Amino acid sequence: MAQYAILIYEAEQGYANAGQEIWQQAMESHGRFAAQVGERGAKITGGDALEPTSTATSIRNDIVTDGPFAETKEALGGFYVIEARDLDHAIEIAKLCPAPFGGVEVRPIMDTSGG
Amino acid sequence: MSASGEVRPARYPDGRLRRRGQAAVTAQPGPGPAVSRNAIAAAVADAHRREWAFVLAATARVTRDLDAAEECVQDAYVAALDAWARQGVPRNPGAWLTTAARHRALDTLRRDRTLRAKLPLLIVPEPASGQEGEDGADVIGDDRLRLIFTCCHPALAREAQVALTLRLVCGLTTAEIAQAFVVSEPTMAARVTRAKKKISTARIAYRMPEAAELPDRLDAVLTVIHLLYTTGHTDPHGASLVRPDLVERAIGLARMLHELMPDEPEVGGLLALLLITDARRATRTDANGSLQLLEQQDRSLWDGGAIAGGGALVTEALRGGRPGRFALQAAIAALHAEAPSYAATDWPQLLLLYDRLLRAWPSPVVALNRAVVTSMVSGPEAALGEIAALEQDGRLDGYRYLPATKADLLRRLDRRAEARQSYQDALDLTENAAERAFLAGRIGEMSSSD
Repeated sequence: MAQYAILIYEAEQGYANAGQEIWQQAMESHGRFAAQVGERGAKITGGDALEPTSTATSIRNDIVTDGPFAETKEALGGFYVIEARDLDHAIEIAKLCPAPFGGVEVRPIMDTSGG
Repeated sequence: MSASGEVRPARYPDGRLRRRGQAAVTAQPGPGPAVSRNAIAAAVADAHRREWAFVLAATARVTRDLDAAEECVQDAYVAALDAWARQGVPRNPGAWLTTAARHRALDTLRRDRTLRAKLPLLIVPEPASGQEGEDGADVIGDDRLRLIFTCCHPALAREAQVALTLRLVCGLTTAEIAQAFVVSEPTMAARVTRAKKKISTARIAYRMPEAAELPDRLDAVLTVIHLLYTTGHTDPHGASLVRPDLVERAIGLARMLHELMPDEPEVGGLLALLLITDARRATRTDANGSLQLLEQQDRSLWDGGAIAGGGALVTEALRGGRPGRFALQAAIAALHAEAPSYAATDWPQLLLLYDRLLRAWPSPVVALNRAVVTSMVSGPEAALGEIAALEQDGRLDGYRYLPATKADLLRRLDRRAEARQSYQDALDLTENAAERAFLAGRIGEMSSSD
């Protein structure tokens, strides 16, 4: 098994403008996603949702500034770390990951153990 | 050293220089067999063209690393030069080379424990039969499909898929690929290296796609082969119209795929499309290299054998309903190729085929070609309506064949000033010398006052 990050990029406006109901639905769909991952022979080993970029602080060359590292229409809003057999398996899982206001990116986790 | 005392250059049979420090395989001096060195070199070169994909695909299963597999296979081809000179050319060169390459791979693995430890760069899920032996000696299966599906994996950019296919499936050198796509060799080398690194780092599996994903994955493979063909067919930058190397590689790949997947209608469709299109190759330009339109071509010079072979494949591909875009394009090409003359072409039948093609593949380029057929069925005026819709649509902005087609319709309606302008628009978008000369000629005709 190999480790992959599923990075969720979405337009933050989508959630900002959405009512409580949409938020509730998102939570439920992530719950369903978590169940599906196991059914498909993969495993979630980590992950979290992030507060919006309006709460971000960036530091570059020791200079602290307000805002995210890069201003983009679709911002990183959360991530999962999963274990999957190979890229095709990881893609199969990533396709299930809810991202109604954007999409997801799959990246292999680097092995830094140095062995 | 050969018997004649001549020093063999340290090159692989395909012309690649061998790395320093690699011992040349020593030939036995003394009375050699009757086979000439040239004949052996030709046999090895032939095996390189025919068997490279088979040998590499089988070796990658042992090395589990594409770079290591390439080295072992190159070494096997070098070894073949000497061994075949001494023992004669084996009856099955592919099997001989595969065995040699796999032995070399196993030797390397035994010697190099660290390599072995970091092996699963390229993972090979167990086949259903569970026969994949550690030493690999028991199964010499045909892994060419795994290889080509890996090279054309959708997680790789199209240009990387094309480069990897030429490099790994066809065995072309990076320099040759760079030349074919008119980029510098370091650029192409970087592209190939990046793609190989992604395969190992992101763990793109070395396997056949599952049934559910096969249609999409197969379409990617067919698209790559078709792209190779079209790049060779109309050299976008060069002076001549056809680059035969890429054309022949593409047809070779389509043949190989058809041999390995005989029941896939789209594979047969692609092979038919390439064969039929290529049957007209000799007549696409005249003796001076000037572009000849379909209606001007001397049909007696078309390759009747290739057209018949392609036609049979089309019939096969259309059987069983719901033909895909390659089978339908092949059917269209076959209808053109089998017509006794341009005027006697079955245009109404072509229009029906284009309608089916548009449903299977809603592409504006298909719609543009349909407009030409409309002009033959209902006249140029009706076709101009379809052109106007495409101009409105905008997806073909900058596509040289849109103004060129429009210009021709206007010319047929004798609307000369407008035709001239459209030919000029097309000329401004065209780099190929043969096409430019043709368009400039038409502009001249539209300007002359008579």
